[in-house]
Formats: sequence, structure tokens, C-alpha cells
Amino acid sequence: MLIDWFTVAAQVVNFLILVWLLKRFLYRPILNAIDAREQRIAAALTDAEAKKIEAEQERTTFSQKNQSLDQARAALMSQATAEANTERLRLLDEARQESTNLRARLQESLNIEQHSLNEALARRVLDEVLAIARKALGDLAETTLEERMVEVFLRRLPALDRQAKETLAKALKTQSDPALVRSAFALSNEQCRAIQTAVNETFSAEIPLRFEIAPALISGIELATNGQKLAWSIADYLGSLENAINDLPKTQSEPETRQGADA
Amino acid sequence: MHLSPDEIIFWQYGFIKLNVTIVTTWGLMGVLVIAAKLLTRERSTVLERSRWQNLLEIIVTGINQQISEVGLQQPQKYLGFLGSLFLFIATASLFTIVPGYDPPTGSLSTTTALAICVFVAVPLFGIQDQGLASYLKEYLKPTVIMLPFNIISELSRTLALAVRLFGNMMSGTMIIAILLTITPFIFPIALSVLGLLTGMVQAYIFSILAAVYIAAATRARQPAPE
Repeated sequence: MLIDWFTVAAQVVNFLILVWLLKRFLYRPILNAIDAREQRIAAALTDAEAKKIEAEQERTTFSQKNQSLDQARAALMSQATAEANTERLRLLDEARQESTNLRARLQESLNIEQHSLNEALARRVLDEVLAIARKALGDLAETTLEERMVEVFLRRLPALDRQAKETLAKALKTQSDPALVRSAFALSNEQCRAIQTAVNETFSAEIPLRFEIAPALISGIELATNGQKLAWSIADYLGSLENAINDLPKTQSEPETRQGADA
Repeated sequence: MHLSPDEIIFWQYGFIKLNVTIVTTWGLMGVLVIAAKLLTRERSTVLERSRWQNLLEIIVTGINQQISEVGLQQPQKYLGFLGSLFLFIATASLFTIVPGYDPPTGSLSTTTALAICVFVAVPLFGIQDQGLASYLKEYLKPTVIMLPFNIISELSRTLALAVRLFGNMMSGTMIIAILLTITPFIFPIALSVLGLLTGMVQAYIFSILAAVYIAAATRARQPAPE
């Protein structure tokens, strides 16, 4: 007989025991471990997904921030560029203005320098001319010229205009001291008398006179009293000439200054 | 020369006896349980795990996958029964490489016992799944006339399970034993390798057929696949 029924029964029991034992020691622990691992993996995946979403959000936020930063930077840059351009133009204008001013001032100072140089030159020339004239006239002056001068003086005295004559007469009459008559050379008594007579006739009064020698007159004669003076001398002419020359630069300087400003 | 390991008896008291089949079965049970106990002792639930645990996980998930491929919806419910069938038969075949070993599956008593277990488990799972009445109605389909044929089918497939496994396992050891007397060297090794292969195939066939029978008994309520 191939089948032993006791063995069959024993093997059935053995197999059932084996099923229970394997369930207890093999399947359950292994399946539990697998389940636990799967849960861990699922949790990790969920976590990773959440982190991914979070990272995505962060990325979006950062990219937005970056974008706004870029925009702000571009705006600031353009504003700075505009400001720099404005500043550049302003500085250029300022510099141009400054240079114009400097040039004007330089021109002005050049003009002034030129002018003063001209003046100094003119003054020097004038002084030289006057000195030469004085020297030449002084060399030429002598008693015959003096006589001619006295004659001219005597001739011109009555020919004075009315207003000048009145002013001089008033001054002579209110004067207590004798009027001063100055001449370059000593006058002869004749000449003194002629002058006294001419003065008395001209002003219709007895005018006391005092005669004095003044070489500075070069040649000529001068009547001075109480601040009024009637003169006819070369020194007086030269003085008039000097005054006229001194006045000349003043009248010329104005057009010169205008020319300098145009340049 | 004996056909079945049942014939070698170590101890007997009345009809109670300890033969090679029972003792070897206990040995295999001990090996399986101790190995499982040892290998799952330091199981880890994190991604890093030992190679042995990996092997066990591959075996268990592989069996699980096979069961679900047969068509059973909750494979973990049947894993204990079907997985133990496979592991027991496979281990019994695997140890044929040990000289002097007689596989307990080479005994018709053992294969009959396993077939009886399947024979009982199929209606149990069926009734558990769809209820007694609904399960019994399956025997009357498509007509009442088919009832005896359905019952014959149940009995005959149990017999077929038992005899197929027994024949394959017994023949393997028998052929090796005969060849050892004729050509003691190369051929027994080649046949041994072939025996290992057929043993594994038989383990697979036995447990897959059991799964198919259980699936047939529990499938009634489930919608037909499109």
C-alpha cells in the first residue's frame, strides 16, 4: 500500500502547523516591514512633493522679486543716467560760462593793462614834450620877448570880456593887500608904470600892485588877486596844453572798452 | 529498494509510527521556521536592508504577485496557505542535493495530505468569500445535471494533484538511485540537476493549481474581466 493513512493525517497536521508557523515568523514580519517601508517611502514622496511645491513657490517668489529688482535697477539706472546727463550739461554750461567770464576778465585786464600802458606812454611822451618845450622856450626867452609879452598883456587887458572884467574888478576892489603881478624876468620901471596905468584904466580905480619875479612862468606875465588870476605866459599855455592832453585819454577810453568787450 | 520513504519506520506504537517522511518533514519545517526567524530577526523598515532580508522580500512579494496574477483579489489572504505549499515543496526538492535524503514529497501519503488540504481549503475559501448557499449553487451550474460531474471534477483534480507531485518526486529519486547502480559518476549529477529543476517546476505547478482552484471558487461574485 503506497498510502499510509496515519502518515497522511500526520502530514496534514504538520502542514497546518507549518502554515501557522510561517505566517507567524515569515509572512507577517516581512509584509509588515514592506508596508512600513512603503509608508515611509510614501511619506518621503509626499514630503518631497510638498517641498517641491514649496520650492516652486519660493522660486516663483524669487523670480518675481528678481524681476522687480531688475525693473527697479533699470529705472534707477535710467534715472541716474538722465541725472548724470543733466548734471553734465549743467557742468558744461557752467564751465563754458566760467571760461567766457575768465576770457572776458582776461580781455578786460589786458585792455586795462594796454590802457594803462598807453596812458603811461602818453604821460611820458607828454612830460618829455613839455620838458623839451619848456627847455626850448626857456632858452628862447629873454627881455625882448618879455617886452613883447608885456605889450601883449597890456593889449589884451582892456580886451577882456565884460563878465571876466567885472569879476576881476570886484576881487581887486575888495582886496586890502596890493595885487600881485608876477613875471619871469625883472620888469623895468617903465613897464611897471605902463602895467599900473593899464590896470587902473581897465578897472577904473587906483589898484595897488606888487611886482614879483617868478622864473617858473618861463615867459609872460600874471596878475593874481584874492583867488582870481589873469595870466598870459608860456607856462600857462603849456598848463592848458597839459590839461587838454590829460583829458584826451578819458574821452578815448570809452570806445576802447566797448571794443574790448566785443572781442 | 523501496518506493516510498513511509516504509522506513524508526519507531512504532500501535498504528502510531515515526517514519522517514514525518521526521524529514519536521526537519524541513524546522529549517524553514528557524531560517525565517533568523533572517527576519533584524528586519529593517528603512531603505537600507540586509541581503537575506532582500531575498525573503523577493520570495514573499514574488509569491504574492503570482497569486494576484492568477486572479485572486486579496493575495495576502491566501499567502499563508499557498506560499507555505510552494515553500514546503520547493524546500523538499531543493534538499535532494543532499546525499541519502528522501524528499517527503516522494511519499504518496504526503502528496495526498497536501492534496486533501487543497481539497478542503478550496470550498472553505469559497464559502468564506461568497457564503455557503452561493458556493453550493456553483455545483448546480450551468444545470442540475452537471452536479455529479462537478463533484467528480473536484475529486479527480485532487487525485491528480497528489499523484502528479508524487510521481514526479518519486521518479526523480528512483531514477537517480537506478542510475547510481549503472553509471556511478556523471549521469546522477546531471539527473540530480534535472531533478532540482523538475522539483521547482512541480512546486510552482502545485501551488499555482491550488491558487487557480481557489480563484475559481471565489470568482463567482466578481465581475467578469472585460
